[in-house]
Order: sequence, then structure tokens, then C-alpha cells
Amino acid sequence: MTENQVTINGNPFPVQPDDTILDVARRNSIDIPTLCYLKGATPTGACRICVVEVENARNLLPACSTPAQAGMVIHTESPAVVTSRKMSIELLLASGNHNCAVRGSDETGSFTDFQLGVQAQDHSDRLCPAWGDCTLQDLAYRYQVSGEAFPATEVKYPLESVNPFIVRDFSRCILCGRCVQACNEVQVNNAINFGYRGKNSKIVAAGDRPLKDSDCVFCGECVQACPTGALMEKDARYRWRPWEAEKIRTTCSYCGVGCQLDLHVKDNTVFKVTGAEEIAPNYGSLCVKGRFGYKFINSPERLSSPMIKENGEFRKADWNEALDLVARRFAENRDSHGPDSMGVLTSARIANEDNYLAQKFTRAVLGTNNIDHCARL
Amino acid sequence: MTNTIADVEEADVILVTGSNTTENHPVISSFVKRAASLKDTKLILVDPRRIKLAEHADMWLRPNLGTDVAWINGLLHVILKEGLYDRDFVENRTQGFEALQEMIEKFTPDYVSEITGIPSRQIIEAARLYAGAENGAILYCMGITQHISGTDNVKSLANLAMVSGNLGRPGTGVNPLRGQNNVQGACDMGGLPNVFTGYQKVTDADTVGKMESAWNTTGLSDKAGLPVTEMIPRAHSGEIKALYVIGENPLVSDPDLNHAEESFSHLDFLVVQDIFMTETAQKADVVLPTTCFAERDGTFTNTERRVQRVRKAVHPPGAAREDWRIIAEISRRMGYPMDYKNASEIFDELASVTPSYAGLSYARIEREGLHWPCPKPEHPGTPILHAQAFPIGRGNLHAIDYIPPAEQVNDEYPLYLTTGRVLYQYHTGSMTRRTEGLNERAPESFVEISPADAEKYGLQEGDKIRIASRRGEIMARMTISDKAVDGTVFIPFHYAEAAANRLTNSALDPVSKIPEYKVCAVKLSRAA
Repeated sequence: MTENQVTINGNPFPVQPDDTILDVARRNSIDIPTLCYLKGATPTGACRICVVEVENARNLLPACSTPAQAGMVIHTESPAVVTSRKMSIELLLASGNHNCAVRGSDETGSFTDFQLGVQAQDHSDRLCPAWGDCTLQDLAYRYQVSGEAFPATEVKYPLESVNPFIVRDFSRCILCGRCVQACNEVQVNNAINFGYRGKNSKIVAAGDRPLKDSDCVFCGECVQACPTGALMEKDARYRWRPWEAEKIRTTCSYCGVGCQLDLHVKDNTVFKVTGAEEIAPNYGSLCVKGRFGYKFINSPERLSSPMIKENGEFRKADWNEALDLVARRFAENRDSHGPDSMGVLTSARIANEDNYLAQKFTRAVLGTNNIDHCARL
Repeated sequence: MTNTIADVEEADVILVTGSNTTENHPVISSFVKRAASLKDTKLILVDPRRIKLAEHADMWLRPNLGTDVAWINGLLHVILKEGLYDRDFVENRTQGFEALQEMIEKFTPDYVSEITGIPSRQIIEAARLYAGAENGAILYCMGITQHISGTDNVKSLANLAMVSGNLGRPGTGVNPLRGQNNVQGACDMGGLPNVFTGYQKVTDADTVGKMESAWNTTGLSDKAGLPVTEMIPRAHSGEIKALYVIGENPLVSDPDLNHAEESFSHLDFLVVQDIFMTETAQKADVVLPTTCFAERDGTFTNTERRVQRVRKAVHPPGAAREDWRIIAEISRRMGYPMDYKNASEIFDELASVTPSYAGLSYARIEREGLHWPCPKPEHPGTPILHAQAFPIGRGNLHAIDYIPPAEQVNDEYPLYLTTGRVLYQYHTGSMTRRTEGLNERAPESFVEISPADAEKYGLQEGDKIRIASRRGEIMARMTISDKAVDGTVFIPFHYAEAAANRLTNSALDPVSKIPEYKVCAVKLSRAA
């Protein structure tokens, strides 16, 4: 074996400077599960899901924060690794209202009793709203872990929904810290952090206030980073299931950054927006307008028919009537007052294709260069 | 932008000016904040308001409104005096250095301090910090451009970058942040009075001939048209008789709105094509319903010149149609057929007549957008401009003198007003004000004033205030804030019922014809 290689599950792989074990594995399509690891932030190794066995090391090591050193012999799914992961998952499942049906019965009673307890806290008789969109659930399934190994811990903090966008359900928070990193290391809004200690730990906004009274700017980076149902879009909660929705990749229509995002659509309605994580320019980040400012699309005030004003009042018209009128008046105006008596304001809001046709129309049909848009305004 | 958004994190020094980045371009602000707070990058902020970014800045310089040429020339003065400039770059890549040297001679830190109110010590330190960096990036926005000296301000920033050799590499550049999703594309597509697509001049006979043959027509006008800020006044005087407004709401966004409203009422025929019955649409003779971004296929070009796909996700309401279909239908009825099956066909045509887009197609940008110029199908796109040379050869250094804003405070109008946006609203609010959550966060207009000014004028938080300029008056609630500096108030322009643009001055930059939204004089009084 050459000097700058590691062995993973029996195969050699080259190591680059500053690589972690996780970096080498991901680059080579070796699946090491992660939970708290957030790309772009400092790895903490807190959740211990990504532990791997490194020969001659005393303990299992977290792949996300352990530098890959030449000569390491690494096993990613050894019996010791699997046992450790199962234990980590069992503990996480016991730490709150993870009522996604992977939990069986335990000494505290039947699943029904457990579910009734959850219902009293989250005011819903349904299963966790993140069902099917939860990394913890995926891990429980992958390692066939159910929740009864440890007694359920007490839920300490009530659900917070006093803002228009984000529901914080502390009963489903596993304190992985991804939201804290998303806020402090990705968006650098510094609005939330770990608060209190030990079994009282809680993710808090400054002074443990509701988000709406904190420095939070509702970019929703934390929601996108949350691996469980602890942080959810208010609009999507209990209304959106990943497999029911179609995801359409498009470009945000607000500022000029051009964030790439996915519109989650069900029944011709956008229910949720997420940032496209793997590509420029935004690498998953969005702002409050891009993530939560989509309701105008379905506003009842949207114009749905051409309108013609008569005696100071608008009336509905069909396309033929409206377009004939516009074409006739434009032509009359052009022919009687000259092309330069007309102007077109095209738009910084519409697409390139529309703008191209607008200027072609202005120049080739109206016969003037009087075209501009609101770039300056 | 000469550079990419991601490039910002590569800079050793970032100079942000006239950009309230965290509210207007929040995602770009994350790149700036990460660099400044989590890396060794130094952040210099030059802004008259104590905006959020000031918390992340190593230096915050607070200029008086409209004094940008002065502080930039002040930085240049120090850079040249102290020999901090990039001799190689100046000698090999630029022209006009001697004239610039002569001009900036008088802009000593003390002189600049008098004009701008920035302590001379800070001018010196900022100059050393920016010019001393290996890679320095400049980010700016409408706080630089929306002045009668807007063009001068931009040229001055270009002077600063060129003299320091901060162009053509990652982490450098002169980077305007575009405020709307497709400002860049609307300009690229020739939605301007003096150019066809790709900035090909309408006054150039060869270009006119090329477009005539591509469009199968004759007699295209070779006379530059009117910019919007001259079109509207000419509606007032009767020279412009018919207007076709697509996806714009000038009756909230134009300066000196009272005058703009009168101008619109003089039109013989107004067509407005939009997704909502905007303030402008209400004045129309015909309103045509169109699609929003989620209901159509197409492309937007972002602030870093990246051409990106827009895709249809939902059906439009009722009879609403894509803008291009409506335009094509009007055109056909006027005897000029425009037969396109879909947006992709239009893109192929526009690429064929636009050298900087010639190598682009929907297939190439399917997964990730590409930066123009992209002249050939095998060209990778151009993330960083001016790496080897400027398109014009040598870059022009411009000798620019300072001129004060068009309007000054006096005894009657003792406060300056500057306008802008807030995080939760967007432009004239036609979309965001119809989105409940955003409205809950920012429901109404306000006038932001410093604690000292509030005390001086005897005003309290939450007071209903009458704000008047020489052109109009509005009412808004008082917000006392540390963001404001003494002598200057701020009002967002989103709210039609308290439209800040009833107050603003329509004085224009002589070159770009941009209005001076960022400075006018006002007076405040408590409403009865």
C-alpha cells in the first residue's frame, strides 16, 4: 500500500490533505450514515451515528471529525459499529415523541398509551408529521431498532408555533445541533444556540424567547437542516408527504441572487420550498422570501381573465376581444402619431424569453426603440 | 458582477457599500458574514445607516448621503500617496492614470472628512486595508447607483479596483448586486432603449442590418429610444401617447409619484400585463393576465451573469398566459407573425443573435446554470470577467470630481430622507403583500429615525407621522432605531398607501438616467 492511502472495508482509497474519514468514504460512494453532520459546518461528532472501527484504535471513531491518516484500516459496518449505532439510535428514539410506529411497547405501557401521551402534547392524533421524511426514522429502519429499549424520557418544553412560518416541536428534538450550525455557521444569523444543561438542554433563541421575538430572520436554514420533526414548515406540517408531492427545480423569483430551489407541489399547489443543496449559487440556502413567500401564487386576487375598461369600469373580456383591441389601438397610434409616440416597459421580473420578444416586438412591430424596464428603480 | 457570488468567500478584504445586504440579498450576505465572522477576511462597510452588516464589519465608515465620490477619491488619494497601488496593473491594463492622479490630489483625508463626515483616520485605515489585501472584492447596490452621481460613483469604484489591481482573480472584482430576479437578463435581452440583445448598439448600422435580416424585417430605427425616466415625463407633455407595461408597477416604484400619476392620466392608451391588479393596472385601458414564475418555462439570468432555468410547476389561474405568448399574439394581429412552440425555441433564436449567449441552450443549463459570455457550445462560460484583458483593451481610469446631491436640507426641510427595502417585503409589494406570513412580519410602512432626532423633534415610538417633501406627503409610523443616524430618516418604498416615492426626487443621473431615490429633503410633523 502506498503512503497516502487508507483501507475502507478491504479496499484502498487515496487520501487528500485535510480529509476526514467521512470525506474519503463519500468521495468513493461508501455509505457511512450521519445524523448531526452538516456539510460546510464544523463537525462535532456529537450523535455518534457515523462511528467506524479503525484497527488498533482504542474506541470507535466518528468518521465526520476524525482525520483520515495514511495507513488507517477502517471498517464501516463491523459488528462493533452496528452495535454502537443501534444503541445510539435506541437512546435517541427514547428521547421524545418519536411516534412513527417504529416504537413498540415498553414497560411504560402499550403503544396506545404512548400515542395518547404524545397526543396530549402535540395536539394531534396522528403520527409524527415528519413520518417518511426523517433521518432518525430512516436509521431506525435501516438498523431495525425500535424505541422500547429505554423508557421514554419526559417531554419538558411545549411546542412553539407563534410565528407564521416555523413550528418548533421540542418533543421531537434530538439535540443534534444541526439547526444551531445552520444558523451560526452557514447563514451566520446567530439567532439560536444550545441553552440550559444536561437533561434540561434545549435549543433556544436569545434568552429562550419565541423565534418571532428573537434575532431570527426566518430564513428556514434550520428547518431544512433538521433531521427529524422538531422543526417544520408550518404550512407543510400534516399537509405534505414527500411521496405525494412532485418536486420541481426552478429559480427563485425575488432578488437577483437566483437561488436554485425545489417547489414541492401537490394538487396544483405549492406547499413547501427547499433550497437545492448540491449546486450554485446558493448551495441549499434561501431567505424568508424565497422559502416562505410563495402564497401569492395561489392568491384569490390573481388576475385570471383579460379586462377591458369601459366608462371607467373594468369588465371581463375573452382573449380574442382584448388582443384585437390592443393590436388595433397600437396600430392606429403608430400609424397616426408615429412609432416614437409609443413606449414599452418590459420587466426585470419576467424571463429572458419574454424580454427578448418584448424588445423584438417594440423594434420590429411598433418601430421604436422606446423600450426600458425598472433596472434603475 | 465581474466575479461570482461564491468568490466573495475567497477575498481577503470585502468592501460593501450602498448595499443593505442582509435584507436585500440575504443569501449573498451569508457568504459575506461567513468570510468576515468565521474566516480571516476583513470587512469594510461604508453605509450611512447602521445596517445589520455593521455587526460583522471590521470597519464601518458612515458617509453623509450622496458623498460617495468623495470618500472613494479619498481612499484613492491615500493609496497613491502611500504607494499602495498595483503598478503593474496600472501600467499594463489601464489608461488615464495621470488625469486621475491630478484629480485626486485635492481629496486629502481632511478635505474628504469635511464633505463626508467620515473621520480622516478612518479614510486612511480603510485605504490601507483594501489596497493592502492580496484579493479585495467590492460589493455595491442601489445606495451607490441611485444618485445623480450614480455613474460617477460606479466609475469611482472601478477606479479603486483597477488602481489596486483587484480584478480578474477569485475574491476580487466590482460586483453590483442586482435587486430583481432578472434585471441582468432584461438588460442582456435588449430591454433597454439604446441596445439590442447582448448590448449591441441600435445606432450601429451593421448591427441594425444583422437584426433586420435575423428578424426578416426592414426599417428598424437606428435612433436610441427613451429610458423609462424620460418616457413618463413625455407622457405628461403628450409626446408619448400609448404605453405597454409588462410586469412592472411604476405607480409605486417611480420617483415623484404625484407627477408620474398625472403623466399616466395623460396617456391615450395604456395596456398593463401583470399577475395582479396593481396600482398601475388600475389605470389601464386593457389588463392582460399573465403567469408567475412557477407557472412557466424559461430562463432568468442572475446577478453573477449565470443563466438559469425556470420551470413550470403549477397551472396558471383561469385564462392567464405566459408573457411571451401574449406578445406573440399581439404581434401576429399587427401583421408580424411570431410562431414559437415553446420557450426553448425562443431561447435558441435569442442565442443565435446574441454573441455572449451563443453557446447556451436549455440542454446545457439543465442541471446548473452557466455564466455568460459563453460564445460557443463547447465554451465553459465565464465566471470571472477581465482576467486577461478588458473588452475595450485598456481599462479607463476616470478623473471624477465630487458633486453634491441635487437636493439639500434647509430650514423648512431639515432632514434627509433615504429609501430602500425591508427583508420581508419586495419592491412594490404586489407579491409579498399578498403573502400572509411576510405581511405579518412587516405589515405597514414606517419612518426610521435616530434616538437623538426623535428627541430633537419631540417624537415618540409609534407616533403617526406626516412626512413631507417639496413634492408630496405621506403618513407613516415612527420607529426609533439605532440603525438611523442623526439628520437622516429612512422609509421603505414597498407600501402603496404610504408610498415613499411621493416624496422622492426625480432628478436624474445624466448618463444612466437613474433617479436620486437615495437623497431628498423632508420635514416631519406629528399627524393630528
